[in-house]
Amino acid sequence: MYLARIVGTIVATRKDERLEGCKLLIVQPLDTAGRDSGHPVVAVDTVSAGYTETVLVVTGSSARMTTRTKDSPVDAAIVGIVDTINLDRPGQPEKP
Amino acid sequence: MNLARVVGRIVSTHKEQGLSGRKLLVLAPLDASLEPAGSPLIAVDAIGAGAAEIVLYVRGREAAHAFLPDEVPTDAGVVAIVDHATIETKR
Repeated sequence: MYLARIVGTIVATRKDERLEGCKLLIVQPLDTAGRDSGHPVVAVDTVSAGYTETVLVVTGSSARMTTRTKDSPVDAAIVGIVDTINLDRPGQPEKP
Repeated sequence: MNLARVVGRIVSTHKEQGLSGRKLLVLAPLDASLEPAGSPLIAVDAIGAGAAEIVLYVRGREAAHAFLPDEVPTDAGVVAIVDHATIETKR
């Protein structure tokens, strides 16, 4: 899974019937510092996320495991809205 | 499976119902010599891993198998905590 920010929406009238009623959002992947990282992708929203929110995106066949996307032709789904990201202080603990 | 170090946690109150009650960890992937390799990712914890621990994680659809019979929509899961790693280097 990775972090992403919602940067847009998609409107598609003619689509696969299993995508009907699904909200399609454009998400910009982020690194853990909140900076843009890589190219935007389109993901199905399962948590009613909104514009500019930071979200969790799951990709691949795992994206079909939500109740909303079961058996749908989907390879990216938004599965959580991020409240906070807690990062440990940089600095490497000892190797085992 | 790959090695990674736990470097943080994600707090998300509103998430897909399959993820409710699951701990989300930020992992920094490691190479065979336990040096950082690649960009961090988010994984669901299946075994109770904690801060700064070195763990094994699985990517892809198989990551969800760690939570069976629950259906957890994840493409990355922490499945083991590494106690020791012995790596033979080139002579």
